[in-house]
Amino acid sequence: MYSDITKNKRKTWLILAAFVLVVGLLSYLLSRMYNSPSLAISGTLFAVTYALISYFAGMRLSLAVNGAKEIKKSDNPRLWRTVENLSITEGLPMPQVFIMDDPAPNAFATGRNPDHAAVCATTGLLDIMTDTELEGVLAHELGHVKNLDIRVSMIAFALSAVVSVLADFILRMTWFRSRDNENNNPYIMIAGIVAAIVAPFVALLIQMAISRRREYLADATGALATRYPEGLASALEKIGQVGSVTRKQNTSTAHLFFANPLKRSSISSLFATHPPIADRVARLRSMDTHV
Amino acid sequence: MSLLIIGILVVLALVLVLAAMYNGLVRTNIRVAEAWSDITVQLKRRADLIPNLVNTVKGYAKHESGVFDAVTKARAQTITATSAGPEATAKAEGEFQQALKSLFAVAEAYPDLKASTNFQDLQTELTDTEDKIQASRRFYNATVREFNTKRQVFPTSLFAKMLGFTADKEFFDVDEAEAATIQKPTDVQF
Repeated sequence: MYSDITKNKRKTWLILAAFVLVVGLLSYLLSRMYNSPSLAISGTLFAVTYALISYFAGMRLSLAVNGAKEIKKSDNPRLWRTVENLSITEGLPMPQVFIMDDPAPNAFATGRNPDHAAVCATTGLLDIMTDTELEGVLAHELGHVKNLDIRVSMIAFALSAVVSVLADFILRMTWFRSRDNENNNPYIMIAGIVAAIVAPFVALLIQMAISRRREYLADATGALATRYPEGLASALEKIGQVGSVTRKQNTSTAHLFFANPLKRSSISSLFATHPPIADRVARLRSMDTHV
Repeated sequence: MSLLIIGILVVLALVLVLAAMYNGLVRTNIRVAEAWSDITVQLKRRADLIPNLVNTVKGYAKHESGVFDAVTKARAQTITATSAGPEATAKAEGEFQQALKSLFAVAEAYPDLKASTNFQDLQTELTDTEDKIQASRRFYNATVREFNTKRQVFPTSLFAKMLGFTADKEFFDVDEAEAATIQKPTDVQF
């Protein structure tokens, strides 16, 4: 379990480093193509500001958009007690607890740090799961809060936005060229245009790779908190059979959920926010064979 | 002249490294103390539930005064024993568990009591409190693990004694008598 956690954390940093390299490459190409980086800088600033605003306002927004309602202990003591006891085990302050009215079993966590966090479970989850399975799912969600995954995904989103702005700028400038400050080397121009077209796809792939990596990490953290990976594994299996597609479909909050809430489409697994359920179950079940 | 500057920089770097080590150990040490104190918070919560439980059972089983006295006495002892040291605490804990067992055994003989929602709520609260005690002990173990690891890894292990961190913390443990009982499978008889 511990090695799973360290490996996942290390891989996240590698992916983020690759992301920064992509941004660096685009900026370099841009500055070689045209000698005026000022527009690119202001575009980047805008993208980063947008990311910061969504980071701070994000929790309330993602809860509202999914129709989550906050509960007190007396509304659902079983859910409340599970979250409370898990927070004690993890050494976290207790997050706000929400319930979402939906027959699909699923849960999500949001909040920029453990002091401002919220956990939400669907009514379907509360009906279908046994106590140990519910504990596993909520431990996974609290793992997201503990590992500051919202912050990681914000950084990834900000980098992705910067890539989009830079790529967009390169393509725009290609249409409206001013002859005086343009670099006349055709290879640089071609490289820049190709990079500008490809870069947003690469950025999305990297963002999804980070999201999947953090899901594995949250699985491992949750298994460590409960010392019982089987609880998580059997919860995942149940969800695999019943289906996790929620009534409300929001692509912007999909990555926050325990299992993919979006309707299955034939998009390649590289664009999936969550790893395949069979893979997650296999990893959890192998956790008692290694440290 | 440049040799002197290099020497000063090396010493400065060493001081910074030592400061970082010391601060890391101080932080994890304080977390261990807080985690230990948090276990006491949960134990106190359990102790506070007991008078309610005794009164509820008394309402239905007035003549079993021997059991009530035993439970109240054992509860008082667990509170005083925490300041007397870990051995006294463990002994008081054992006696407390025994007294609780007899209380619930008494409740078995009174079907009205078993059916009362008050009693059932208290049972749920007690179970939840035990879960909370387990959770806080588990977190305590996690903080001890962090501290001990920090203290023993290289290069901090070279300086730990010098900085004042001479010993590892102990993980939560049970005494030999209790260990013997809990290693056996529990006997559940109806």
